[in-house]
Amino acid sequence: MLIKFLVAAIAASTPLLFGTVGEILSEKVGHLNLGVEGMMSIGACAGFMVGMQTDSFVLALVAAFIAGLCSALIYAVLTVTFLADQNVAGLTLTIFGIGLANFIGIFMLGSSESGTLKLPAGITAQMREISIPGLSTIPVIGPLLFSYSPFVYLGVLIAILAGLFLKKTKMGLNVQAIGHNPAAADAAGINVTRWKYTMILLGGGICGIGGAYCAMIINGGVWISNNVGGLGWIAVALVIFAKWNPWIAIGGSFVFGALRILKYYVPKSVISLPTAFYDMLPFLMTALILVISSIRKKRDLNLPGSLGVDYFREER
Amino acid sequence: MIRIVKIKEKNSRQTFAIHLAAFLLALCAGGLFILMLGFNPLEIYATIISGAFRSKMAIQATIKIMIPLLIAALGVMLSFKMRFWNIGGEGQIIMGAVFATYFALFHADWPSFILFPVMFIAGLLGGGLWALIPAFFKVKFGTNETLFTLMLNYIALYLVSWLQEGPWRDPSANGFPKIASFGKSAVLPKVFGVQIGWIVALVLVAVLFVYLRYTKQGYEISVVGESQATATYAGMNVQKIVLRTMFLSGAIAGICGMIQATGSDRTLSTGVAGGVGFTAIIVAWLAQLNPISSLVIAFLFSVLEKGSSVIQSTYGLSTDCADVLQGIILFFVLGCEFFIRYKFVRDHKGGGKKC
Amino acid sequence: MAPTDSYAIECRGITKTFGSVVANDHIDLTVRYGEILALLGENGSGKTTLMNMLSGIYHPDSGSIRVAGKEVSISSPEDAMELGIGMIHQHFKLVDVFTASENIAVGTPGKRLPARVMREKVKEISQSIGLEIDPDRRAFEMSVSEKQTVEILKVLYRGQKILILDEPTAVLTPQETDKLFDILRSMRAQGCAIIIITHKLHEVLAISDRVTILRKGKYIDTVETALTDEKKLTELMVGRPISLKIARPDPVGCETILKIVDLSVRKPDGSLAIQDASFEVRTGEILGVAGIAGSGQKELCECIAGLCPAEKGAILFHKENLVGKSPREIIRKGVHLGFVPEDRLGMGLVASMGMVGNMMLKTYDVPKGPFVDPAPARRQAEALVERLEIVTPSVDTPVRLMSGGNVQKVLLGREIESEPQVLVTAYPVRGLDINSSYTVYDLLNEQKQKGVAVVFIGEDLDVLMELSDRIMVMCHGQVTGVVDARTATKDDIALLMVGGGKEAQA
Repeated sequence: MLIKFLVAAIAASTPLLFGTVGEILSEKVGHLNLGVEGMMSIGACAGFMVGMQTDSFVLALVAAFIAGLCSALIYAVLTVTFLADQNVAGLTLTIFGIGLANFIGIFMLGSSESGTLKLPAGITAQMREISIPGLSTIPVIGPLLFSYSPFVYLGVLIAILAGLFLKKTKMGLNVQAIGHNPAAADAAGINVTRWKYTMILLGGGICGIGGAYCAMIINGGVWISNNVGGLGWIAVALVIFAKWNPWIAIGGSFVFGALRILKYYVPKSVISLPTAFYDMLPFLMTALILVISSIRKKRDLNLPGSLGVDYFREER
Repeated sequence: MIRIVKIKEKNSRQTFAIHLAAFLLALCAGGLFILMLGFNPLEIYATIISGAFRSKMAIQATIKIMIPLLIAALGVMLSFKMRFWNIGGEGQIIMGAVFATYFALFHADWPSFILFPVMFIAGLLGGGLWALIPAFFKVKFGTNETLFTLMLNYIALYLVSWLQEGPWRDPSANGFPKIASFGKSAVLPKVFGVQIGWIVALVLVAVLFVYLRYTKQGYEISVVGESQATATYAGMNVQKIVLRTMFLSGAIAGICGMIQATGSDRTLSTGVAGGVGFTAIIVAWLAQLNPISSLVIAFLFSVLEKGSSVIQSTYGLSTDCADVLQGIILFFVLGCEFFIRYKFVRDHKGGGKKC
Repeated sequence: MAPTDSYAIECRGITKTFGSVVANDHIDLTVRYGEILALLGENGSGKTTLMNMLSGIYHPDSGSIRVAGKEVSISSPEDAMELGIGMIHQHFKLVDVFTASENIAVGTPGKRLPARVMREKVKEISQSIGLEIDPDRRAFEMSVSEKQTVEILKVLYRGQKILILDEPTAVLTPQETDKLFDILRSMRAQGCAIIIITHKLHEVLAISDRVTILRKGKYIDTVETALTDEKKLTELMVGRPISLKIARPDPVGCETILKIVDLSVRKPDGSLAIQDASFEVRTGEILGVAGIAGSGQKELCECIAGLCPAEKGAILFHKENLVGKSPREIIRKGVHLGFVPEDRLGMGLVASMGMVGNMMLKTYDVPKGPFVDPAPARRQAEALVERLEIVTPSVDTPVRLMSGGNVQKVLLGREIESEPQVLVTAYPVRGLDINSSYTVYDLLNEQKQKGVAVVFIGEDLDVLMELSDRIMVMCHGQVTGVVDARTATKDDIALLMVGGGKEAQA
C-alpha cells in the first residue's frame, strides 16, 4: 500500500516538476512568469493533438516543447523587449493559453466522429510504464525506481541537468548574475537580452512538456477542457518552496504530488473527510508555505534580486 | 543592430492613438487566427457584433454579462491602483456569493426589503473578509500576495463544491450534488428586463470615480501605489491603508458574487465566478485603472462574450474564443505602451566590433 | 603631437542626444598608455555619458572612437571588454549575493573554475598590486572601499589595460582616497591608460597628468596638469571666473531645539546603525553632518522623522520626546525632513503626480471631511514656480518628467513652505550643477536666518566646511565629534571620519 502510494505520488508530481523547473529558469533571469498555467495548457493541447494525429510519443513531446516555447516567446517579447509589466503579461498569457487550448480542443472535438478525443493505442503503449526486465521486478526498489512513464524520467533528468547548469557552469553563473543584478551582469559583458530570451523560452518549453503530461496521462488519454487545472499555479508557488533550486524542486513536487493523490489512499474508515477537502489540500498547503516562508525573516540569497523588474540599459 | 532609446513621453492624444492602433492590430491578429481555422474573419466579427445586438433579448443578455465583469473590474482596480496584485477576484466573488446564499437559502421568508440589504451586506462582507486574509499577511510578513490570492481562489472554489456535496446539498436533486434554486423572494428584481445589478454597477462606477479622484483615501491609495516609502514619509499609515483598500476591493468583488448568484444564476454553483475575476483584470488594465473607461471596456468585452456564444451556435466554435481574443488584445496593448516612452533606432554603423 | 598610434583611446567629435537634450556635443578626448587623464566637469556636463559610450552602455549618434589606433564601434559592454576597456561605475556593478571571486569571474570567457582555484587566483592578483580582499566575502557584507577593490580586481583579472573610474573618491574617506591613488599610480607604471572622472579640483591636481574639461556637454579644453592651477581649472569648468565661496551668515538666536540623547538604532538586519549618539541641534544655525556614506546618516534622518524606531535613547524637541511618535505627529510639530535618498523620486515625492499633488503630500488630511482640497496646493505650487524659477510645462506635469535641479527645488520648496522649525536635508545638492547647488545653499541660509534649525547632511567636505556653523562627524554609527566649522581643519574632520582623534566639542 505504501509503495503503491509512493509510486503514485511520484507519478503525480511529474507535471509539477516540469512546471517548477521551467519557472525556475525564467525567474533566474529575473522574470516572474505567471503564465505557467497558460504555457502548460498550450503545451498540453499541442502535445495531445500531435500525439493523436501522428501516434508518436517523441513527436508529441517535441510539439509540446515547441508550443510551450512559442507561448513563452509572447511573454519574452512583451517583457524583455517591450518592457511591459511582468505580472499583467503573465496573467494574460494564462488566460489566453487556457482559452486557446480549450478552444482548439472543442474545435477538434467538433470534427471528430466519436464525440471524444482519445489517444490511439500506439502512443499509449509508448507512454506506458517502462518495465526493465530484471530491474522492475526487484521488490520495493523495482516499483519505486523502475516502473514509470518516460515522462517521469525525463522530468527528473531535466531537473538534474538544470541544477548542474546553474551550479557548475560559467553560463549558469552568468545567468544568475542577470537575475540578481542585470545592470552588473551587463557591465560585466554578459549579453543580458540574449540570455533572458534563452532562459524564458527554455522554461516555457519545459512547462509545455509538463502540460503534455496533464493532457496525455492524467485523464487516461482522453481530452478534457481545463486539463491543467491549477497545477501551473502550484508550480509557481513551488519555486519559492524549492528556493530556486531545481534539485530541491524534485522533492518539493513530490510532496505536492503526494497531496494530490492522497484522497485515493487514505482509507475512509480511518479518516473520513469530504473529497473537496482533499482537492483543496495542495492549494491550502501552498498558501501555508507562502506564509511560513515569508515569516522566516532571513535573507534568501537565492531569491533573484531583480525578480519582476524589467531591465533597460539606458535607465539610470 | 537595433537599440532601444528613451524618448520624450507622448501626450494623451498620441497615447490614445497608439492604444487604438494596438486594438486594431489585435483584431487583425485575431482575424489571422480565425483565417487559419478556415473561416472568414470579417464574417465572424460581423456575427459577433450582430449577435450581441440583434434583438432586445440579445442586448439584455449582453448587459447581463457585463454586470459581473464591470463590478469585478472595479474591485480589482482599487487594489491594482495600490500596486497590490490582487489576483483573487475569483475567490472573492465566490465568497461574496456564499455569504449571500446563506441568507437566500435559509432566510428566504424575510421580507424583501430586509432580505436584499442583508444579502448585499453579507456579500460585501464575504468578499471583503476573504480579501483581508492575504492583505493581513502581506502587511505583517510581506507574504507574496499574487500567489496567496490565487490559492484562495481554489480554496473558495472547493469550499463551494463541499457545500454542494454536503451541507447545502439539494435533497430533491436525485443525488446530484447541487444547491437548490433560490425561492422567488430571494431573487433580485428586474429593471428594463435586466436584473437590477446593472444599476448597482453604474452607481459603483460613479462612486469609485469620485472616491479615487477626489477623496483623501483615494489620494492615499495613489501615493501608496507609487511608493510605500513616500507614503510613510508623508505620515500615512501604510498598513491601515493597505488593509482598508483590500477590504474594499474584495467587498466590491463580493457584491459582484452576490449579484451574480441572486440576480442571474438564482443558485450557488462552482461556476458562479466563471473566470470573471481574471477577465476583470484585463478589463481594469485596459481601462488604465479608470472607472469610466472600464465601463466602456467591460461593455466591449461583454459584446465579445455574447457574440462568441452566437458563434458557437452558428459555426460550432467554442465561446473560449472570447478569451483568446481578449488575450490578444491585451498582448497588443501591453506591447504598444512601450512606444509611449521609448522607440527603436537602428545603429548607424552596424553591430560589428571593428569597422 | 605624438602619432595617433600611441593613444590608447582617441575620441573625435562624439555626439549623443537623449530626446531633445544634447548630452555630448562634438567631444574630443585622448589618453595614452601609461598616463592618467582627469575628466573634469560639473554635474550634468556629460562626463559620465561620454564614458558610458566608451564602455558600451550607450552608443554615440556620431563621431569616431579609436582604440589602440584602430577605429571601433562599441555597441555593448561585451565589445568594450574585448577591446580591453574596463569601467568602474559610480554605483558599483556588483552582484550583492555573489562572493568576491564570483563577482570577478562572472562574465569572463572560459570555463567556470572551481572555487578553490579561483580563490588562489584572486589572492595572487590582489597581492601583486598591494590590495587585500577576502575572496569568499559576499558583496553585501563589504564596505564601500572593499567593493571598489573588487571592481578594480575585476579589471585586472581580465587583463584590461584601459581603466575608467567614475567619481571613485565620492564614497571614500581621505585616507582611502590616498590609497586608491597609490594603486592607480602603480597601474600607470605598469602601462595602463587611466581616465578618472571627478569634479574635485585638488584631486585632479594630485593624480592626473593631463585634464580634459567639459562644460554643458561641450568640449572646452585639454591642459597639462603641471601647467595649471585650481583657479584656471575652475574658470574652464564653470565658464566664468567665480568665487567658489559659499556665503555663511552668522547664526541667529541659537537655542537648543532638538536634543538627541544616547540614541541607538538598529537596521532591519539586526546590526546597529547608530550607537549612543548624542548631540544638539540649535535654531538659527546650520549643523553639518560629515562622514562616509553609510555611517548612519540615513537612519539618523529616518529616526528623527519617526520613520524607523529607536532601540534606546531620546530625541527631545523642546523637552518633549519624539521617540515613539508617529511620522504624522512629528510633522505636525514642525520637524521636517527634506530627505533625498539615492533615488530622488523614491521618497519625498510622488513621481507620477504633478507639483499640485506633491504639494499636498503632508497636508492633504488637514482640512475636515472626506475630500481633498487641491486649491491651496495649486496656489502654493504656482507661487513656488515663480519664486524658485522652477522650469515645468505646468504644475500638473508629473515631476518625474522634470530635471533633477527642478525636482530638488520642488522638494525643498515644499518643506520650506510648510514653515518648519527643524529642517533636515540629506545630500540636497547631489547631482545638481553649480548654479542649482548655490540656489539650494541660499535657500538653506535663508531658512537659517529666519531662525530655523537646519541639519545638512553632506558628502563634500569642502561644502560642509564652508556652509555649516558646526560640523558633526559620524563613523560607523557613532558621533565621533562635533567641531566648529569656522576653525576646524580638513585633517581634523578626516581623522574623525575614520573614528580617530579625540572628542572635540564646539
